[in-house]
Amino acid sequence: MKMLVCVKQVPDTAEIRIDPVKNTLIRDGVPSIVNPYDAYALEMAARIKDASPGSEIVLLSMGPEQAKSALKECLSVGGDRAILLSDRAFGGSDASATSYILATAIKKLEAEEGAFDLIFCGKQSIDGDTAQVGPKIAEHLGIPQITYAIDTMVDGDLVKVRREVDEGFELIAAKMPCLVTVTKPFYEPRFPTIRSKMTANRKEITVYTCADFDGIDTAAIGLTGSPTKVKDTFTPPVKSGCVMIHEETGADSAMKLFGALVEADAL
Amino acid sequence: MEAKNKDLWVFIEADDSGRAKNVGLELISKARELAGMQGGKLVGVVIGSGTDAAVKAAAAHGADKLIVVDAPEYAPYSTDAFTKAFGELAAKYAPTSILIGATSKGRDLAPRLSCRLKTGLTTDCSALDIDESDGNLACTRPAFGGNLMATIICPNHRPQIVTIRPGVFRLGKADEGRSAEIIREEIRVSPDEIRTRLLETIITAVRETVELEDAEIIVSGGGGCGEEGFKLVHELAAALGGAVGASRVAVDEGWIAYDHQIGQTGKTVRPKLYIACGISGAVHHTSGMSGSKVIVAINNDETAPILNIADYGVVGDLFEVIPVLTKEVKKLKGIE
Repeated sequence: MKMLVCVKQVPDTAEIRIDPVKNTLIRDGVPSIVNPYDAYALEMAARIKDASPGSEIVLLSMGPEQAKSALKECLSVGGDRAILLSDRAFGGSDASATSYILATAIKKLEAEEGAFDLIFCGKQSIDGDTAQVGPKIAEHLGIPQITYAIDTMVDGDLVKVRREVDEGFELIAAKMPCLVTVTKPFYEPRFPTIRSKMTANRKEITVYTCADFDGIDTAAIGLTGSPTKVKDTFTPPVKSGCVMIHEETGADSAMKLFGALVEADAL
Repeated sequence: MEAKNKDLWVFIEADDSGRAKNVGLELISKARELAGMQGGKLVGVVIGSGTDAAVKAAAAHGADKLIVVDAPEYAPYSTDAFTKAFGELAAKYAPTSILIGATSKGRDLAPRLSCRLKTGLTTDCSALDIDESDGNLACTRPAFGGNLMATIICPNHRPQIVTIRPGVFRLGKADEGRSAEIIREEIRVSPDEIRTRLLETIITAVRETVELEDAEIIVSGGGGCGEEGFKLVHELAAALGGAVGASRVAVDEGWIAYDHQIGQTGKTVRPKLYIACGISGAVHHTSGMSGSKVIVAINNDETAPILNIADYGVVGDLFEVIPVLTKEVKKLKGIE
């Protein structure tokens, strides 16, 4: 099995706070992490590799030089080698442009070393939250997609995916090659060992720039090549005038709240 | 792609029995406003097998026109068949905008479709507007875990495609006497074009979904509840005749099933009364309930962010507060 996992380095959005005075995001000091859904995707691929020895997992990321640290982390928990796409021309790409660049890189890799059986992406990144890049890569590559996977099994030339849907779960099969986007499975990603960390640290990360892709349509990448534009950003509005109830005992507070709700005709 | 008209399309998603899901009908209600502003027609797109009920519902809710593709290969849903049909329709009629409900099918279809049509997509919007100066759709959506709201436009590509979460817009009233122009398009998909096969479906949650999103009163529990606290949450909800919701933390801890989750990766609700018990109020959660009419927060932390959006904030131990509140509510309602 030859597998590719797309990885994004993201700010840990759980650590982002809002400046109460300026009402803006405080991004300073927010740690960078591997997008959690990408970490699940890698774990899913790593489990397939565990079950069929001789498999290979290639990691692909787009981002600045510092994204190498995310790739190193992934190399210590299942990835075999890593490629970073880094160029100023890629900056500001929306989901359409990003998926075009990633698909262009995948096509180059496939032309050089043969097709991937499975391509994994996290269902979405926790910073952009668009959930578009996986399906768009699949469309560019002309392969089937299975989204919101919680488990993936390989059975001959078929991939069988258990996916989460609004009403419950589905089991979907497709002939490989196939692209799978991953949501939270019932298992957690594995931890690195000291040895796997050392091995990962010694590995070279291949960096490609825009110039490495012959025939890439530069009108379809970066900020200017992105169909969608951010017109405005703002922090969610805050309601003022919360009636605070803090009595001597919980029971007293409950009575006061009950009275207020009855008065407001809210019950 | 150039738009040939100012028409606004709404995807009317049908369930397996051919009935329209609420989200498509909610979008029609909103799209009525927008289509008027854009000066185009409001067109419902129905793709499926045995979809007469969905077509009727879309007409009753206000579509001017319906484009229907109905053939056996469209049930069950597959990415390949729906992308082909929707893509061909969009290429033929070239509308200016397409609204799609952010359900599991909509989220699977929309990115693939927008890539095929070489246009932009804005997903999971929580507000939609038309910019009067240029007629672009202005789509507001949360990013950075809901810490930031962004307004996104797609100025130079058509159609502008948008997905919107169920429950964001109110369902309008149906007028059963209303009729719409119906265009049937024959688009067939051969079995080898559908590269995925549905082997099995496990349904876990249909009734709960409806209950939560239609509930007028919701009592929700979060990380401060624990399994014991959730018993109190259930009791209070039962006394009030309401439904039970939860934050992601509570679902992740396994105290309650995922279909009760409210927030960015759960459901969007807007009940008349929302009581948040032991929920700190990360934007992840509040983005799914901040539209509630009256919000009550019961929390032992007086700095909890939930208080920023609450109308009534009780600082105290929920294990002391909720039982007394439940008792009083039961007295009021005459429940023994």
